[in-house]
Amino acid sequence: MGVITPREPLVAARNIFRHFGEGATRVDALRDVSLDVRAGEVVALLGPSGSGKTTLLNVIGCILEPSAGWLSLDGEVVYDGRWLRADLRRLRLEKIGFIFQFHNLLPFLDSSDNVAVVLDLAGFDAAAAAKRAAELLDYLEVGHRRKAFPASLSGGEAQRVAIARALANRPRIILADEPTAALDSQRAGIVMDLLRRVAVEQDAAILAVTHDEKIFDRFDRIFHLRDGRLETAAVTADAVPGGV
Amino acid sequence: MNLAYRDVRHSLGRFLLTCFGLSLLLAVVLSMIGIYRGLVEDALTLVRAPAVDLWVVESGTRGPFAESSRIPGDTREAIARLQGVTAAGSVTYQSIEARHRGEKLRLYVVGYEPGRPGGPDRIATGRPIGRSHYEMVADRRSGLSPGDRVPLGRNTFTIVGLTDGQVSSGGDPVVYITLRDSQKLQFDLAPPAARREVARGAGPAGPAGTDTINAVVARVSPNVPVDSVADAARRWKHLAATTQAGQETILTRSVVERARKQIGLFTALLLIVSAVIIALILYTMTMDKLREIATLKLIGAPDRTIIGLIVQQALAMGAIGFGFGALLIVAVKDHFPRRVVLQPEDALALAAVVLLVCLLSSGLGVRLALRVDPATALGG
Repeated sequence: MGVITPREPLVAARNIFRHFGEGATRVDALRDVSLDVRAGEVVALLGPSGSGKTTLLNVIGCILEPSAGWLSLDGEVVYDGRWLRADLRRLRLEKIGFIFQFHNLLPFLDSSDNVAVVLDLAGFDAAAAAKRAAELLDYLEVGHRRKAFPASLSGGEAQRVAIARALANRPRIILADEPTAALDSQRAGIVMDLLRRVAVEQDAAILAVTHDEKIFDRFDRIFHLRDGRLETAAVTADAVPGGV
Repeated sequence: MNLAYRDVRHSLGRFLLTCFGLSLLLAVVLSMIGIYRGLVEDALTLVRAPAVDLWVVESGTRGPFAESSRIPGDTREAIARLQGVTAAGSVTYQSIEARHRGEKLRLYVVGYEPGRPGGPDRIATGRPIGRSHYEMVADRRSGLSPGDRVPLGRNTFTIVGLTDGQVSSGGDPVVYITLRDSQKLQFDLAPPAARREVARGAGPAGPAGTDTINAVVARVSPNVPVDSVADAARRWKHLAATTQAGQETILTRSVVERARKQIGLFTALLLIVSAVIIALILYTMTMDKLREIATLKLIGAPDRTIIGLIVQQALAMGAIGFGFGALLIVAVKDHFPRRVVLQPEDALALAAVVLLVCLLSSGLGVRLALRVDPATALGG
């Protein structure tokens, strides 16, 4: 094992609180959550149902405003008691790639256009977007399915196209919501290998919510959430770039 | 990348089927507007056919179309002698039901004096009436052809010519016969009734006699005001006179007014129903795409992309639906039992209304889409 140089975290959350409702109906979904995820890391977020995993993913994804705390994404402080960016949509487009449990590909676009749509939204011209989409689909070994619509893709192919879409705009933060839940163990392993490859080769940080025990060994670290609190950060892999 | 177009292209059959459903609805709306226009047109066609300036009818009535009017047959000679009158003719009007080739045939019979005002303005096929008895000029809508023989009353008439587009305000095809034939048809009593009148000492034609007409129509010299001729006619206490414009107003404001209002109301209701259906279709189309919309919002699509997706599809649906509907009604309008008059301005107005309805209705879908939480794209 070589010398590891600590890097700046791509995701840095400090003392994040989030509650829903007030008074007797108040639910504290996140309580004083702090975590860092660095470039090249593939990190899992575990916890029982209702523990706050999705809430934390939504907060880091700039979809849900925390009740309190501090959040930095890719070196930019985006929340410090309030959102510091007016256009969170643009922030998501520039900095974050999303991977979903059921791929969430747009059913009316073929694989190539499902990837290119992100670039189109970012203002790329059609030719450049199509070229980048083709490169990404080839990179994820589904280039031969670029004209196929989601309905005709297998689960594994659809998830690869979804990963290609998440990578289209070269985001350095990828948030994945149960990325392997709809896949068998063999395909789940392939997808996790791909995510690891992406994290290393694209220098990205990947934070995945999962319940899938068969892929726990594929993560660099595993965060456990219980009742909105982050309990442990188990190190599961040898090569952890940096550390918490 | 035009997402609306891609979505439509991907589910083209479903989209076109929806458009076709909408087009049927809009075709019905268009046909109602056409029938509404046709009703007025039909009513005016008959009153415009003699191409006259003055209508003289029974005093105290607004005949001959709005009310029954009976005046003596010699009134025409009196009117013809008024200063400024260049031509005058006696006319009778009556609805009658005949049978032809075993089929029931409703006709609107106009009696006129050949060579004088009151007859058909144009013969499309065949010739005008040339004999004083038992010849008839019929409108094509009656289904009759030159040479056909039609029994009316106690006589049989031969079709000698055809007119185009001449129907009464009730939609019955117009036929023209000579005044004398029409008077016999209208005023002659059936033999038993005539025998009864003879027994009562009133004469075989009954107390009114047969030389009765419904109106006198007259053409007036362009150098003489029609109103002054009408005033002169009104000096006879048993007569009333209206100008051509007045007669047209009576027809449109009185005779067909209720039917016009009813069709107008029905058209308005259809438009409202169409608007509700369009709104529901667009709302359902948006509901079907909520997950995709949430995903788009999550990956950074601006609101204008979401709005564009819904509004463009709404406008496309409205335009295609209207186009199909208009084509459909143009193709079948001549098979309607009543005249359907499609005017470009009506079609344009309906197109504008449909597009406006689509825009407003898509507002519901847009509102729903903009309220979609992007977090719903994620699980949990």
